[in-house]
Amino acid sequence: MITTDLEGIVEDAASHLYVWALKDIPQDLRDALADAAERETSVSGRRVLSTILKNVQVADDQKNLVCQDTGIAVYTCRVGEHFPLHPARIYAALKAGTERATVEHPLRSNAVHTITRENTGPNTGHRLPIVHWEFVPSWDGLDVKCIPKGSGSENMSFLKMCVPADGVKGIKQFVLESIVDAGGKPCPPGIVGVGIGGSADYAMYLAKEAIARPVGTKNPDPVVAQLEEELYELLNDTGIGPMGLGGDVTVLQVHVEHADTHMTLNPVAVNYQCWAARRATAHVGPEGEVEYDREF
Amino acid sequence: MSSKRLTFPTTEEEIRTLRAGDEVVVDGHIIGIRDRTHIRIFDQGVEPPMDLDGAFLLHTAPGVRKVGPGKYEKVCIGTTTSARMVRFTAGLGERYGVRAICGKGGLPDEAIEPMRKHGMVYFAIVGGAAALETTQIEEIEEVAWEELMPECLWKFRVKDFGPLIVGIDSHGNSVFHDVQERAKQKLEEIYARL
Repeated sequence: MITTDLEGIVEDAASHLYVWALKDIPQDLRDALADAAERETSVSGRRVLSTILKNVQVADDQKNLVCQDTGIAVYTCRVGEHFPLHPARIYAALKAGTERATVEHPLRSNAVHTITRENTGPNTGHRLPIVHWEFVPSWDGLDVKCIPKGSGSENMSFLKMCVPADGVKGIKQFVLESIVDAGGKPCPPGIVGVGIGGSADYAMYLAKEAIARPVGTKNPDPVVAQLEEELYELLNDTGIGPMGLGGDVTVLQVHVEHADTHMTLNPVAVNYQCWAARRATAHVGPEGEVEYDREF
Repeated sequence: MSSKRLTFPTTEEEIRTLRAGDEVVVDGHIIGIRDRTHIRIFDQGVEPPMDLDGAFLLHTAPGVRKVGPGKYEKVCIGTTTSARMVRFTAGLGERYGVRAICGKGGLPDEAIEPMRKHGMVYFAIVGGAAALETTQIEEIEEVAWEELMPECLWKFRVKDFGPLIVGIDSHGNSVFHDVQERAKQKLEEIYARL
């Protein structure tokens, strides 16, 4: 009997996704950047956006990375209950794939021990890569999305435990204040991920889920989708502009993810994703068939 | 917008001609430096083994490929967020004669006075545009402190490096300060109508 080496297939997929995400940014993002370049009216903002578009082209032409920051490897996995590889083995495969991509390309190794600051080697280490898990009933597939997350944008993460009396106004004020404070540091214009509800840790987890959505997608809950729209308008009214040099386009999109929460909680988390919002996905079937996808 | 062209290392006189908002393109030699490199110089008191007089410092930890002892080829070289390293600004100007610091995202207001006093500028580069930046770096000529890889002290030879925008000049002006001030006023207006 021939058994499929599913662990090896997931490892190959992870290795491919990491490098692919770093080199070839998705079409939805390319379109959003081109739209931004059309909309922007400030001199320096236009210069920044035209340089960004030129850079994306140079990365394509030279098959180079869009940005030197290969990030920390973050994956989101949707695992079907009948997918025949246990998540413990999926994790091992993602780790091995990350290491292989780092060594073979080679990619800059960013991972360090958080106290000693010694480099751990191939972009993995204790609890690295980071994996978000979702388990799907009555399904036999696996979706793996790789989101290499740069530090410039990740350093611009903010959490506030608003109180219920702060209401939606409090949420909006905190997001506005966070993005103005962040200024040019997270490489605007990017995607603002907002996580609301749940608990402190879960709100930030949701904010990270939010930045990984394709540009142009909306939250399926119309109340939340309206908040996305309102925040988008308000943030682009702040004048922070491309790379914080002033201008009309401060953010490409705002994505909000929410969870129900305790009656006395109103947590708000902001996670920023830079203009080079790297993202690449593989769908793996139970027989080891792999489809690569950029619309996910 | 027309660009000014500067060759580094340069002089205080040249730097004083620049004004916040000017666009600049750079040729010559630039030095790559990052968090751990600054910490070694200033917090651990180790003298840098490269001459920083008149220098252009780039906030970077390059992606490289080792090709021999002390010899590296570029893979992907881009620029990191500058604000983390702001507390070293005065020391770089006063002790070592650094003339330009280049990075992305700007330096906070505490850099304005040392830059005015010591005749320095901050150049804002387009963050994330590393594929393009890599084409403007002709060669990695020297590396020191390899044990800090990739946060070593690097010497690059560059041509047409940019576009750079003067974010802070040597006359007390900062584009980033002005953008923040306007944004804070704007927030007051926005909060009033929420």
